[in-house]
Amino acid sequence: MKPKPNDVILHTVTKLAAVIIFTFSIDLFWAGHHFPGGGFIGGLTTAAGIVLLYLSFDIERIQTNLPIDYKKMAALGVLISVATGMGGMIYGDNFLEQAFGYFDLPVFGETELATAVLFDIGVAFAVIGTAITIITSISEDEL
Amino acid sequence: MSFMHFIILLPFIAALFVPFIYKKWNTSLHTGWFVIIVPLFIFINLLLQIPAISNGETISISLEWIPSLGINFDIYLDGLALMFALIISGIGALVVLYSIFYMAKEREALHNFYIYLLMFMGAMLGLVSSDNVLVLYTLWELTSVSSFLLIAYWYERKRSRSGALKAMIITVFGGLAMLAGLIMLAMITDTYSIREMVANVDLIIESSLFLPAMLLILLGAFTKSAQFPFSIWLPDAMEAPTPVSAYLHSATMVKAGIYLIARMTPIFGGNESWFWLVGGIGVITLIYGSVRAVRQTDLKALLAYSTISQLGLIMSLLGVGSAALYFNIGNAQEIYAFAVFAALFHLFNHSTFKGALFMVVGIIDHETGTRDIRRLGGLMSIMPVTFTIALIGSLSMAGLPPFNGFLSKEMFFTGMLRASEVTVFGLDGFTILFPIIAWVASVFTFIYCMILLVKPFLGKLHREKLPKDNVHEAPFGMLVPPAILGSLVILIFFFPNVLANYILKPALVSVVPNVSMDSKLFEIKAWHGLGTELWMTIGVIIIGLLLFVSIKKWNIVLRVYPEKLSLNQLYNTGIESMEKRSESFTNRYMTGNIRHYLLYIFVFITVIMIGSLIGLEALSFNLSSQEEISVYDIGILVAMVAAAMTTLLTKNRITAIVSLGAVGYLMVMLFVIFRAPDLALTQMVVETVTTVLFLLCFYHLPKLGKRLEKMKFKVTNLIMSIGVGLTVTLMTLIATGHKISVPITDFFENAYELAGAKNIVNAILVDFRGFDTMLEIAVLLIAGLGVYTLIKLRPKGSENDEA
Repeated sequence: MKPKPNDVILHTVTKLAAVIIFTFSIDLFWAGHHFPGGGFIGGLTTAAGIVLLYLSFDIERIQTNLPIDYKKMAALGVLISVATGMGGMIYGDNFLEQAFGYFDLPVFGETELATAVLFDIGVAFAVIGTAITIITSISEDEL
Repeated sequence: MSFMHFIILLPFIAALFVPFIYKKWNTSLHTGWFVIIVPLFIFINLLLQIPAISNGETISISLEWIPSLGINFDIYLDGLALMFALIISGIGALVVLYSIFYMAKEREALHNFYIYLLMFMGAMLGLVSSDNVLVLYTLWELTSVSSFLLIAYWYERKRSRSGALKAMIITVFGGLAMLAGLIMLAMITDTYSIREMVANVDLIIESSLFLPAMLLILLGAFTKSAQFPFSIWLPDAMEAPTPVSAYLHSATMVKAGIYLIARMTPIFGGNESWFWLVGGIGVITLIYGSVRAVRQTDLKALLAYSTISQLGLIMSLLGVGSAALYFNIGNAQEIYAFAVFAALFHLFNHSTFKGALFMVVGIIDHETGTRDIRRLGGLMSIMPVTFTIALIGSLSMAGLPPFNGFLSKEMFFTGMLRASEVTVFGLDGFTILFPIIAWVASVFTFIYCMILLVKPFLGKLHREKLPKDNVHEAPFGMLVPPAILGSLVILIFFFPNVLANYILKPALVSVVPNVSMDSKLFEIKAWHGLGTELWMTIGVIIIGLLLFVSIKKWNIVLRVYPEKLSLNQLYNTGIESMEKRSESFTNRYMTGNIRHYLLYIFVFITVIMIGSLIGLEALSFNLSSQEEISVYDIGILVAMVAAAMTTLLTKNRITAIVSLGAVGYLMVMLFVIFRAPDLALTQMVVETVTTVLFLLCFYHLPKLGKRLEKMKFKVTNLIMSIGVGLTVTLMTLIATGHKISVPITDFFENAYELAGAKNIVNAILVDFRGFDTMLEIAVLLIAGLGVYTLIKLRPKGSENDEA
């Protein structure tokens, strides 16, 4: 048995870096509408952040602090995407017909709101869920 | 549905009820008693049609089946159809009666037996009465299928199964050929009706499809009627229960081919190749069957070969008679039409005496337990009635008076002698062979008829050789059907012209239209003067008797003929080697080696692509629209080539993985240069993940047998990879140089107005083409779940394997 290594530096840096990574990935996600980025890449970077957490700490601790079933998350993502597609149908449009508009919101001022963002959220969830499912199931495998 | 249709389809309707009757009453009453009503009813109703038909009328009724395609169940009842239908239903009734006593109701699956038999009867009746060739074909195959089922009735016996399979393969082979021939005829004349084909016979004769259609239809007829060399299935079909052999394999099914030939004679007759093929194959079959029959030791096999021989006789007469169509009118026509007349007469006679003989053999088998002539003998005093019937049947088959076989045999000789005078179809000298072969075959026919009569019934009885102890005469009911047939044999001899006037002449008109029925030629006389025919018959009897007495001295000659050269052996080795060859061929290319399969795929792609480029003369390049190449492009490409070569040539797997990663990151740089930021970002992250996964796989490679060695060099691989690379490069260069339509990118440039997004790529992904994205994330989800289930959910057995 190897003695447990002392990872103080790694843990500290991870705690800081994770916040930055998550912020960056949210930024990538929101920017997607007008700048490079979007659901796919935003989801992937979020997943990268979670993987960093897994690498620094053990799996059990992450799962108690972030109690998410990633399989369900992936399924939920696909479901959201399909549901936004159905949304258009309620108003008599075609399946996956996206709508957007400009609204004057209390805090943000004039803001563009688009159903495409909802769709993108589905994409992001599916990407995060799938990536983490694959990585955790491979790493938990005892071989 | 008319009454006539009801009669023809009655066997099928009755077959539906058989299992219920069997279930309800089998313990008390034999199911056959219910079944026998069906053929009797049909027979009586058909008898009622005789007056009308013999007056030259015909019955034709249509029943719509697939009218849009012109496929209807059209009944056309003329003399030929009626004659066959009478044989089918009449002998059918007798066979059912016989089977009631032959098949024990305690042991046998009678419902199966009678369903198959009724199915066969219905198919056969429909076949001979159908005017539509496609309906004819359908029922033709149904006779093959029901015959298959009946031969393998005792399916637990290996020989039954192999016999059934052989019969099936050969007859279905011929049936399919026939279908092609019939379709050709339908293409020429644009109708499926046989009558209309006959009416348009000029079109058929002029068509270039005349010969192929004729050959294919002949193939069907020859296989069904067990003509040389397709006769091998018939002896093996003798594994069927004896009523089946009597019914299918002597009286009805094997005559379906004869029927087809007769039916098609107005279309093809009068043609040289038809004359030679039908007549020639007929006499070959005749002599082949009679010679082979002599050496059989099993009674049923003997009868099978004799059936083959007799079918050849009928066939050769039909072939010779087809010359009547050539002359078409006058005396010459009548002379050759006489051969057809003889064929029809003998066909009828053969059904009577061969049916009786099979039933006799069935009785012997049933009462003694064996059919082997080496064990049988001296049954005459024990079974006097059976002996009498056998005597009538075999002497009739041998062609002796006072039995109907004598009359048709004499007419056969007449027909063959006239064939030798045919001078119109080329090969003049060869026609002399017809009467010579016919005479020799008749001698052999006489010999095997003697064997059939003498070996089981005369001589000494060896009880110890017989499997059954108390040998006695058959029950009354079993003797009635052969007795009826036997008395028919004699009756026809004394009153042949009743049969001729009411049945044979109308049938003759169907085969040879516009022949004059009143001609004196078509009167059957038992005594027609001391002609050549009579001397020939006397010769047959004398030589045949001499040869039969000395059979032990010369039949060694027959056994010298090696079994290895027999057709049966040829068929068996043919099937075997076909199986072996196809197996070895499949094994040769289906190696199980993925490399080989990839090689086939790549060779195929390269050959097809390059071939079509050259074939379509598409090798042209238009490089005017290309952008200028910058220094960065060259740098990145050089680096990429270097990384790719490293991946190929390295010894070390880690190096390969890392250099693959390098290719991926260089791709990111290309995306950056070509101004695709979204792609670059995604490619970067995805490349990282895949590289990590590769490393993971590498880490888990088993220790055993793990060697760090260079990839083996294979020339074929090199050639193939260069070929594929070249193909793809060429295709890309050609495709980019030729823009056929205007790109639709202009539309997507309005993304901000249309979708409220300044990022065009994202707008396309989530808005314009959101459907693709939706399905792609579904793919991702499936992949994730796939990995999860592959790793987590192992079957319990595999854990044991690992332990």
